[in-house]
Amino acid sequence: MSNYLLIESRDPFEYGDTRYMYSLAGDLAGKGNEVTLFLIQNGVLTTRSGVKDNPLDSLPKGARSVKVLADEFSLRERGISQSSLSGGVKVSNVDNLVDLLVQEGTKAVWH
Amino acid sequence: MAKILSVVERAYHGTLEEQDDTILWMSHILKNAGADISVLLRSNAVNYAVKGQDASGITIGGVPLSNPPKLDQDVVSLIDAGVDTYVVTEDVEDRGIKQGELVGGVKMVSRSGLADLFDGHDAIWHW
Amino acid sequence: MATLTIALMDPPYEAETTTTALRIIDAAVRKGHQVNVFAYEGAVNLTMKDQAAHPNPVKGTTVEEEDHVIPSKLVAGLLGTEQVEWINCGLCVDERGSGNWVDGARRGAPADFLKWSQESTNTLVIGTK
Repeated sequence: MSNYLLIESRDPFEYGDTRYMYSLAGDLAGKGNEVTLFLIQNGVLTTRSGVKDNPLDSLPKGARSVKVLADEFSLRERGISQSSLSGGVKVSNVDNLVDLLVQEGTKAVWH
Repeated sequence: MAKILSVVERAYHGTLEEQDDTILWMSHILKNAGADISVLLRSNAVNYAVKGQDASGITIGGVPLSNPPKLDQDVVSLIDAGVDTYVVTEDVEDRGIKQGELVGGVKMVSRSGLADLFDGHDAIWHW
Repeated sequence: MATLTIALMDPPYEAETTTTALRIIDAAVRKGHQVNVFAYEGAVNLTMKDQAAHPNPVKGTTVEEEDHVIPSKLVAGLLGTEQVEWINCGLCVDERGSGNWVDGARRGAPADFLKWSQESTNTLVIGTK
């Protein structure tokens, strides 16, 4: 089993293909991998509670869940307050992203 | 040596100027440099595997684009160089492409099979 | 301390990815890591020394007041830490005529990127969209 760091910089409003990363995250977690989905740039536009047809809702729950992090600067840049975040989304930052990147054996995927 | 999966999804951006796709090119030259590399064509890039692409005949300001890209042939060259080249089945079907239109030697992989494909590689370079 | 290799493709002033990548590199440097950057295609323009600030006629600001962001200066600052190596893809430079770089950037090839990735703790490829 591997550690996956999936970094999603895109959103489902501009791109028709963004659900790919969410379903991939779920599939990888379903196989027993440790999966972090790190949302950054417009990728954080799915984090507001109330987003319609939100791909975050498709992520598996429970033991094989995907850890969802959102870049604090990208949130602040877009006026997304921490109190308005969907459940399960945790605020992070690029310092933490670097910590995840330098873990030996982590498979980092930018999209 | 790490086994690399090079993922190509962006298609026909700059290919007329470059006379190729920059990531197919990069993947091929890295293979030549000794990399253990596979290629996954997904999203619009599945169209690179369609036979019979023809970008010839463009002249701009009297300047002919005399050596246009031949992306289907570039995919064949990759395969001939020993690069396992995968194409996502649903991305082909979504675009109305029949599997018989694809160049020989590509390997079909379903969306649900991507997790296994990723697991089979040490690094994912998602261009 | 770890070594990260990062591939970039976006040119300056086109995508948020540029500043995000530079933020990541800056964070890695602050944490004491070494970072190798391979600039491919449009990203070779990030190191062009001739990038210049301009006033903003909409805001009515002068060059000094606007204090415009110059990506090559950000790159120069990162290179000045001596924890960042920067290679521009030579063929990409030639086809764009994008010479005259900030100090520390050098010319190279995809083989350099492969070598770096083999020697690094991790490699992050940030493509263009």
